[in-house]
Amino acid sequence: MIGRLWRLGVGIFLALPLIVVAGVSINEQQSLSFPPRGLSVHWYAQIFTDAGWRAALLNSLWLAAASAALAVSIALPLAWFLWRRVAPWARVVQLLGIAPFILPPVITALGFLSFWSMTGLYGRLWTAAISHGIFFTTLPLVTLTLGFSAIDRSLAEAAATMGADDRQVFRTVVLPLITPYLVSGFAFVFVLSLNEYIVAYMTVGFVMETLPIKIFNALRYGYTPTMASVSVLFVAIAAVVFGLVAWFGNLPRLLGAPGEAEH
Amino acid sequence: MRREAPQRLRDYAPIVWPGAMLVVFFLIPFATMIAVSFFHRDPGAFYTPGFELANYQRFLTAFFGGILGFSLFLAVLVALVAVAIAFPFVWSLVRLPRRAQVGWLIAVLSVLSLSEVIIGFAWSTLFSRTAGLTNLLVLVGVMDHPVALTPGFGAVLAAMVYQALPYTVLVLYPALARLDPALTEAARTMGANPVQAFLTVVVPTCRNTIVATLVIVFVFALGSYLLPQILGRPRQWTLSVIITDQAIYQANMPFAAAMAVLLVVVTLAMVGLAARLGRREGAQ
Repeated sequence: MIGRLWRLGVGIFLALPLIVVAGVSINEQQSLSFPPRGLSVHWYAQIFTDAGWRAALLNSLWLAAASAALAVSIALPLAWFLWRRVAPWARVVQLLGIAPFILPPVITALGFLSFWSMTGLYGRLWTAAISHGIFFTTLPLVTLTLGFSAIDRSLAEAAATMGADDRQVFRTVVLPLITPYLVSGFAFVFVLSLNEYIVAYMTVGFVMETLPIKIFNALRYGYTPTMASVSVLFVAIAAVVFGLVAWFGNLPRLLGAPGEAEH
Repeated sequence: MRREAPQRLRDYAPIVWPGAMLVVFFLIPFATMIAVSFFHRDPGAFYTPGFELANYQRFLTAFFGGILGFSLFLAVLVALVAVAIAFPFVWSLVRLPRRAQVGWLIAVLSVLSLSEVIIGFAWSTLFSRTAGLTNLLVLVGVMDHPVALTPGFGAVLAAMVYQALPYTVLVLYPALARLDPALTEAARTMGANPVQAFLTVVVPTCRNTIVATLVIVFVFALGSYLLPQILGRPRQWTLSVIITDQAIYQANMPFAAAMAVLLVVVTLAMVGLAARLGRREGAQ
């Protein structure tokens, strides 16, 4: 009973700002008012019809896709190596993969800013993809490490006994087993990169606008309801992506709960 | 398949790409930042290479000492509030059927992934005069006219707790999900009500988990770089905000880097503490 009330309270707290934002996003006039006056989906159409917002949306999408691919390409061989080999020094590489996510984001962002300006590459668009890919490597690294720990080693052992080499074991036994963890790692990076502000801003903020950068710039120069409709769109994208992850995988297990068999 | 030490050169192949990427694009940028913190600021051209401690000395003034003190205080407060809300929530969450848990987890993950820009915008709307919470209070007759609740300390705190709460939930979730469900049974059979059982059995059992989570959330809250700026007054700006401000708007990279190094030192000390506590928990 108390547990249910507590959950309800947390639910309201989490939903309240989003409800108000959803409310102002359907205002008819360009005014910040709640409850909304009039009803219009005009501000949702604006994301796709207004050249500035559409460009920001497309920038964010390619950045998210590229950095998710890069993060997974770094995390997968690393997690495989850590699972397959006894090599204490490899823990250092693992630590490097986890550090960007533990340190305050400003640190990583500032590191990239000094690095890219020192190498003379500051402002190139692809530097943002590399920066985000490195910044979010932690996520697929964590999901994949979890995935590898769930693999029954005797399966791979059996394949090896039958004469499969490492490459074949990886392709035929390991890869099918960890695909759900691979996909969810990709999904996590995709959604978080879409929302990330400070690293994107410090690497390419002066030459390219991603959606969070565009929202922040708009926020500094006043209010437009498109900010609200974009925010609602982002919550919806996140909910759909994580919903899909839960549909095809085991979300509680992915977040560290014991498997059902263990209970 | 047993784990074996790599023997031939070919066995090292998988780790070449991850290792090279992380060294070139994380370790070297990090070292670059540390180097820049000793450089000389050149107002015309960002900075010129050199070695001076001026950037660190500047930090030793009372003004920046005050900012560090406020940042630590705010992060501690956010961690305490977030854990106090999240712990009972997660305890009741892991007791739910799997399906209901999945629904909550999707919601929590969706809020967790929200951009700090969007959280700041959402809370500034919620606390605004024209569209905010106080309009509801006027509607039900509690207040005469709507007021703005931002900028101010309360707004910063509320938004930072909002940002930290999903993270806190996900840090606590694995630990509490692994706890024996029969833990409170003995207390319940002896006549304790659920609240008593929770406070006298569950909370003491998880003492180390709680402390470790507090530290992790504290570090997370230290990283908040926009909310104090969007929702607070300049005197509520934290170290992360000041670093961004110095790097971007004051174009003083060496000083920003020096403050960033200090922030790393504080963070690492805290993470080390959390790791120690976690290990003690594991040893029990």
